[in-house]
Amino acid sequence: MKAKVYVTIKENVLDPQGNAVQSALHSLGFREVSKVRIGKFMEIGLDTDDRAQAEKQVKEMCEKLLANPVVEDYRFELED
Amino acid sequence: MKFAVIVFPGSNCDLDMYHAVQDTIRQEVEYVWHTADDLSSYDAILIPGGFSYGDYLRCGAIAQFSPVMAEIKKAAEQGKFILGVCNGFQILTEARLLPGALIRNTSLKFRCHPVDLVVENNATAFTNAYQKGEVIRIPIAHGEGNYYVDEKTLAELKANNQIVFRYAGENPNGSVDNIAGVCNKAGNVVGMMPHPERAVSELLGSSDGARMFESVLNAWRERNGAAIGR
Repeated sequence: MKAKVYVTIKENVLDPQGNAVQSALHSLGFREVSKVRIGKFMEIGLDTDDRAQAEKQVKEMCEKLLANPVVEDYRFELED
Repeated sequence: MKFAVIVFPGSNCDLDMYHAVQDTIRQEVEYVWHTADDLSSYDAILIPGGFSYGDYLRCGAIAQFSPVMAEIKKAAEQGKFILGVCNGFQILTEARLLPGALIRNTSLKFRCHPVDLVVENNATAFTNAYQKGEVIRIPIAHGEGNYYVDEKTLAELKANNQIVFRYAGENPNGSVDNIAGVCNKAGNVVGMMPHPERAVSELLGSSDGARMFESVLNAWRERNGAAIGR
């Protein structure tokens, strides 16, 4: 099984990288860009077929290490 | 008094910290590798700057699970004196020993230069040798020193007098409320982005950081009776 984990910066936290990329897109002529937020994408291989167990495990991984709840949110998908 | 300087893979200010203790207050100091599982013989624990575990994932994220961290948490609960500088501060926030988080500087630049700090709280174990409101000069060197807390936590920090240092002039990184350093509620755990260990001699541009080391020695002597450690 594989977990796809997305870690994003909380809405109320400033994202300096996102802002810099947004200005770069503007200077390239993409004037319709109204916001850029940069996050992280992780793929995690899991040696299990038990979906409920995997869900529980990945949630724990996110809360303990993969995301910092002070500044980040997370979500994930499981794939067979 | 006996100091531990914790060394993680990727720490790089450990030598400065070690020599700052030796040169300012001439107390016993040892390097302690991050796999150590007993810190009971130390009175103070210093977590130096650097790039522990290459700053992978987030600064301090992986270091918080090093074996020594369980001992550091225990020491914090026991009221031992703990100082985290730069990456050490990042590690203490990741480990939840201090509130908040340190994110990328708003400028996206690594800022490396002296800054002026206001001593906001001189009641901590590491700041008792300063005057409240005093301005001191200490260098910074970081790319991710932008201190973030939500509004509720900021109000708590103010109510509990947990803001130890603020940037006096220009805010170099975008930190909320110009915060440069904070402490836990008890005041025995302090974290800061500026490097006091790099400001312990006029030859280095400033000796204002030396009093942080003098402060913790004062705190230790007060706790253990004035006769000890003379």
